[in-house]
Formats: sequence, C-alpha cells, structure tokens
Amino acid sequence: MIRISWRILRFLLMLAITLVGLLAMTFVIGRLVPIDPVLAIVGDRASPQVYARVREELGLDLPLIQQFWIYCKQAVTGDFGRSVLTSNPVLQDIARYFPATLELATLGTIIGTVIGIPLGVFAAVRAGSLLDQIVRVIGLVGYSVPIFWLGLMALLLFYAKLGWVAGPGRLDIAYDYLVTPVTGMLLIDSLMQGQIDVFWNALSHIILPASLLGYFSLAYISRMTRSFMLNELAQEYVTTARVKGLSEARVVWFHALRNAAVPLVTVIVLSYANLLEGSVLTETVFAWPGLGSYLTNSLQNADMNAVLGATLVIGVTFVGLNLVSDLLYRLLDPRTRTP
Amino acid sequence: MPRLREFLSATVIVLGLSGPAIADTPADTLVQAWQFDDIISLDPAEIFELSGAEIAGNTYERLIGYDINDVSKLHGVVAESWTVSEDGKTVTFKIRQGRKFASGNPLTANDVAYSLQRAVLLDKSPAFIINQFGITKDNVKDKIKATGDYEFTFTMDKPYAISFVLYCLTSTVASVVDSKLLMENEKNGDFGYEWLRTHYAGSGPFKIRDWRANEVIVLERNENYAGDAPPLARAIYRHIPETATQRLLLEKGDVDVARNLGPEEIAAVSGKDNIDIVQAAKGTLYYFSLNQKNEMLAKPQVREAIKYLVDYDAIADTIMKNLGEKHQAFLPKGFLGAINDTPYKLDVEKAKGLLAEAGYPDGFTITMDVRQTQPIAGMAEAVQQTLAQGGIKMEIIPGDGKQTLTKYRARQHDMYIGQWGADYQDPHTNAQTFASNPDNSDDGPSKTLAWRNAWPTPELNKQVDAAILESDTDKRAQLYQAMQKEVMETGPFIIMFQQIEVAAVSDKVNNFVLGPSFDTNIVASVSKD
Repeated sequence: MIRISWRILRFLLMLAITLVGLLAMTFVIGRLVPIDPVLAIVGDRASPQVYARVREELGLDLPLIQQFWIYCKQAVTGDFGRSVLTSNPVLQDIARYFPATLELATLGTIIGTVIGIPLGVFAAVRAGSLLDQIVRVIGLVGYSVPIFWLGLMALLLFYAKLGWVAGPGRLDIAYDYLVTPVTGMLLIDSLMQGQIDVFWNALSHIILPASLLGYFSLAYISRMTRSFMLNELAQEYVTTARVKGLSEARVVWFHALRNAAVPLVTVIVLSYANLLEGSVLTETVFAWPGLGSYLTNSLQNADMNAVLGATLVIGVTFVGLNLVSDLLYRLLDPRTRTP
Repeated sequence: MPRLREFLSATVIVLGLSGPAIADTPADTLVQAWQFDDIISLDPAEIFELSGAEIAGNTYERLIGYDINDVSKLHGVVAESWTVSEDGKTVTFKIRQGRKFASGNPLTANDVAYSLQRAVLLDKSPAFIINQFGITKDNVKDKIKATGDYEFTFTMDKPYAISFVLYCLTSTVASVVDSKLLMENEKNGDFGYEWLRTHYAGSGPFKIRDWRANEVIVLERNENYAGDAPPLARAIYRHIPETATQRLLLEKGDVDVARNLGPEEIAAVSGKDNIDIVQAAKGTLYYFSLNQKNEMLAKPQVREAIKYLVDYDAIADTIMKNLGEKHQAFLPKGFLGAINDTPYKLDVEKAKGLLAEAGYPDGFTITMDVRQTQPIAGMAEAVQQTLAQGGIKMEIIPGDGKQTLTKYRARQHDMYIGQWGADYQDPHTNAQTFASNPDNSDDGPSKTLAWRNAWPTPELNKQVDAAILESDTDKRAQLYQAMQKEVMETGPFIIMFQQIEVAAVSDKVNNFVLGPSFDTNIVASVSKD
C-alpha cells in the first residue's frame, strides 16, 4: 500500500515539474519569436488605437513574469484561454482535435506492432540471411525517406491511381454529420451508433495515413525486436530449452520472445508517444484535422494560448505513457519489482 | 522504390481493404478545396481577412452592391434607393420592405442602423471604413439612425463624393445583421460579439451552418432569402492546405473546385477535358518599394533607374503565369480612373545612365526583406538578377510573413516586396495608401504605404483629400489618373502586377464565377449537372 502511494506521489511530482518546466519554456519561446501576436489578430491595417487595445486585452503590456503567473493561475482552474484562430476555448478545441490524432496514432502503432514484431523476430532467427537484409532495408527507408514525400506518393498510388482507399480528410462529406461525436474517434463512435457505412468510410480514409505512420513505427520496432531477440537467443536458457527437445517455433515464440517482450513494451509505448507528437506532417498531407495540424497552425499565427494548451496535452500524454511503460515493465518482469 | 511500394500495397492487401467505392460529390452540393486558415471570426464587424470576407459575401446582404462585370455600376441590395441632402452631408436610405433574416425576423431600417453602429462601437479593424466619414464611437448614434421602419440617415462631417460613400457601404463591414437575434445573444453589452464570432445572423442566399477552423465551412440554402433561391442546397469549403492534394481531390472528383493551385498545377489540369479554368483579375497588386530613409534610394534618379531594372515581361511569363498580369499604376484595372499604361520595361543601359547621373556609376549594395512564400520569393530573385545587371547588388533577407511585415511597419527595411489588396472598390482606398503621407515623423498617426517608405507627399496629400470631395465622377476620375501618373514617375513604389485569381473547376459545375474582389466569389448562382 505504502509502496503504491509513494509511486503515485512520485509520478504526480514528476508530472507537475515536467509540466511547469514545459509551460515555462514554451511560454518564453513564444514571447521571444519575432512574430507579433497582436498583428495576427488585428491585421495589417488596423489603427494604432485598435492595436493598443488588443495588446492590452491580451495582457501583453504586462511584465513577462506576471503574464506567466496569470496564465498558470488560470490553467490550474482548467481555463486555458481562448484560441485566436478558432475563436473557441482552447480546451474545447483540444477535445475536438486530440481524438483525431489519438485515433490515427493508435491505429498506426497497432499496424507497426503487428507487422514489426514478427518481422524483427524472423530477421533475428535468420540473422544474415536475405530476409534479414530486406528487413534492414525496410527499416532504413523508414528512417530516411521524408514522410511528406512518401505520403504524397502513397496518395497518388492508392487513392489516385488504384482507387483502393479514400482521399484526404476523415470522412466523405456525404457521411459528415451522421455520427454524433462521443469519444471523438470516428471508428468507435460510428460502431457504437450502428453506422456501419460511416465506419467503412472512416476506415478507408484513415488506413493510408495510419499505414504510413505504422510504417515509421514498424521500422523502429522491427529493428529493436531483432536486436532484443538476438540477445535472448544467445542466452543459456534458450540452449537448455532446445536441448530439452522443444520445437524451434516454441523456443522462439514462447520463450525468447516472452523475455524480449519486456524491453519491447517500452519501445512500443515510446513509439506511440512519438507518433502522437510527430504526426504533424502526415496530418498536413492528409488534411487530417488533428492536434498536430492545430499546433502547427497556432505556432505560425502566434496563437499562444492554443500553443501552450496543445503543448501541455502532449506533455501530459508523454509523461502518462512513460508511467504506463514503467508499470508494464514491472508487471512483465518480476525482477524489476523492488521488495 | 519498388520494394517500398510492394510493401505498402502488401500492407493494404493484408488488411483486407479493397476500399468501398468512392462517391462523387453529392449532386446538390458544391465542394471546394480551399486554404482558409486565415479566418479568425465570422462576425462581419470584425472580418478583415480574404477568406472570411468571401464567406460573409455569400451569407450576408449589404446595403449596396456593385455589378461584378462592371464595378462602376452600383445598385441597392437591402437599400431600395437613396437621396443626398443639399449640403451633401446626409444620405437618406430607403430600405426594401418584406425582407427577412434566416431566423425569420423581419429586416428593417433599425437592423441596418444597428449593424453600422455596432461596427463603429465594437471598433474592430474594419471600423475605419466608417470612421473615415467623421463618425466616431461618441457620435455614431446621432450620425447613423433609423428615422422610420424602412428609412435611415447617414450623416458625415464633410460632403464626400457620393460614390466614395456608397463603395464603402459595399464592403463587408456594412453587412446587415439581425439585431433581434444578436440582442438575444448579448453578454455584458458586447452586441452579441462573442456569439457571432462563431455563429450566423444574416439574410443572404446561404446561411452558415458550421465552421470548424482549418477543417470545413458548411453553407446551407437560406429558405428565407428574398432573392432568387440558389440552385444548390449546400456549399462546402474543405480546408486543404497542400496544393498537390487539392489537385488530386479535384481529379478524383472528391471536390468540384480547387482554389489554390500553383502555375504548374494549373497548366497540368487545364489540358483535361473534364476540368475548366475560371479566372478573374483581382484588386490586389504586387509591388516592391524603396525606403526613402536610405539616402541612396532617396535619389530620384535611383528610383527611376530601379523601375527600368525589372524584367516585367519575363516574370509575367514565368513566375506569374496564370497568377497575374502586368500593371504599373496604383489603381487596379476596373477601378474608377484606373490607368493601364505600362511605360516601364527592362532597359539596362538607360538605368546605368540614370545611376551614373545619381553618382553611382558602379552601383551599390542594398537589402530586400522577402517573405518566403511564392510567388513573392520568386519575384524577389528575378528582381535581384536584373538589378545586378545595372550594378546594384541586392541581398535578400528572408523571413516569414509576420516577421517581414513587423519590420516594414517599423520602417526598418531598405527594400520590401509584397502585395496590397484594396479594402473597398473606391479609388480612394489605394490613393490614400500610395499617395498620402500627411505626417512623415516616425510616430505619424496615418501609417500608409507612403509613410512606411518615408516618402513625404505634400502636394499629393491635397489631391487625395480633394478627390473624395469631388462630386463630378468624370472630374474625380481625372484627378486619380493624374495622381497615378505622378506616383508612377516619382514615387518609391515599383508596381509590377495585378493579381489574377484562378480556380480549376469540374465541368459538372455551371456558373462558377470569381468576382473582381475577394468578397465577390459568389456561389449562389452555381448549379451542377
């Protein structure tokens, strides 16, 4: 009992420190960039009076420390201010855009994991073979090809040329407004509300960007799986198992992979966190209305409330996912549990 | 990259997706791919961005409108007629009877007066268009008032040219809003501003059903509209920032119109049977300017020499192909009094002579602030090359839009390249900014383009002020012609092109028209086969 509360306390402390640090840094950078947020609101031709009034409304005439203090006080009560770009409270925007990113990144991670782990295992078992080389090339391409270019190529091939999948956006306009947002994740909402057509349409829209993200996480996951598996396969217990006459498949999939799974969980969770924050370019190419494109747009327009709010959400997610990976690690490997 | 493609297709096959049939756009809906990330508000008293103005133009009615094929012809929209008092300071408008807002509330003179008063009292960026007539927060309730259910008066401090007044009342800020609906949604005396930023209170052919920033705008037919009902039930704008993606969507039939294609993409789709190209000259000018605080650029011969060191024709044929046409006067084609002379062309020898006369036979080195976006950056590079032929070494300082603009507004540039769009269809809008600078001090109150470039204009100031009081339209046009010639010859502005807006449109779409200004791209007449 005491151990658990200590862990929770430590987590909360870490969360608080991380978030304050994150906010302070984003806040200062936001104020240092040579973009004038007032100009972004009032436009190029506003009178000096209008300009001065908006500046005052935004509190930009106050000292930086005071601005930050006011912001933190509001943030604690759940008030992240209003976004200049969308005219909505930032929290409301995040509630709308974050599920879109979450849905995309989750599917991407599932694809990356389901394909990446077997590929990594095969590559390890047949280390040095042609298959191993191919997996390595796939990984290399995943690391080095610009996602932007690959996204356009994928659109050209699968959407424009072959017509297998639907184009950019989350839904065809004919299906828009048929589903009431509950979780904000269209695949789940449409199934819950029995809108099978909408589900298929949403799936045919998400599959391409999710595969693309999946490919990038696959490159990472398969490489790490290969290296963990090579490590496990060289262990004594593997030899023992073979000597005991277990089939090779059983040795690889049940014994070695089970042990490799412990560090792999961290890899997968980290890759998931990376997809959540790194899907900006994918979201742009596929006109995906998620948190990534919300953040980019806000940054370009010096919409600081939105930038800070979105950064905070990403920060919380990151810390949260780290905790999850930490807990899973302990769960899967009893040796890491402290007495 | 065959391996990659095989892999990707394998992934899709493995997931068992043959893909449901992709539907064309619905027959009663127009779908446009458009970049509209500049929209920050749907309130006509605040809208000052190109995209927002287009949405307002399709959903709100104004007092006055103009013929989009001949901008010089004005007509009443909500106003039936108007009369000007003898002293020329008061205009009395009669409002058409029997009109309704989308909400079902009747539209009366009270709504019109409320809309204009509201714009002045809220004092957002576009309020200056009404402030120009001596109307302030303090006197607006006396100057603009309903004098009957269907009559209201508009009183000014001077007898301004009536065409100037009317053109200002054709702009977005003069959209008529539903006063009853707004009062129901008022909070802390804000005239319903917080609510209207994301909602709709108008009487136009379409109403705004939904706006999701950077995602979609959905317009729906307004059944209470007093004019001809639009043939289509809906008009949808999808935010697609990538131009290559816009092209793909158009070619696949997922959208009916692609609005932001680049020159190569336009060239590529214009050859196709099922795609038409629609274009219109807009009231936006591309220009670069010379800060007169720089003593080299302040010499008249240098200003003239630089005008001869631009290859207007070559840029028009390449970077600006399909995007702009050569234009060198400060009034865009189509405006009252606009001149279409283009006396300047690339003439290196002449420019060298002028530079020698100015005392710079070997040229000099100078900087230009350039926003890293096309076609601006491309134009800057082209100018850099031809200036070098005359011996002027120009260094480009790249930046993003808000950076370069902040520097320009602070008069800290040597040269600046950019674009300028007219705020309303009267020539005064551009005359004021290019030819008027009443106070050239650093904190001068009137920050026009002439001021930004520190160009004092004592004589032109008088001409600009006189022209808005000239009631004879022909004489007024002559005044603007003279001003344009003067600015063209002596000013620090090298005006190069007038923007052409281009849209690639599916051949199923009929009557898709781009108007002469950014708020006259009207979808009410569009139908589909």
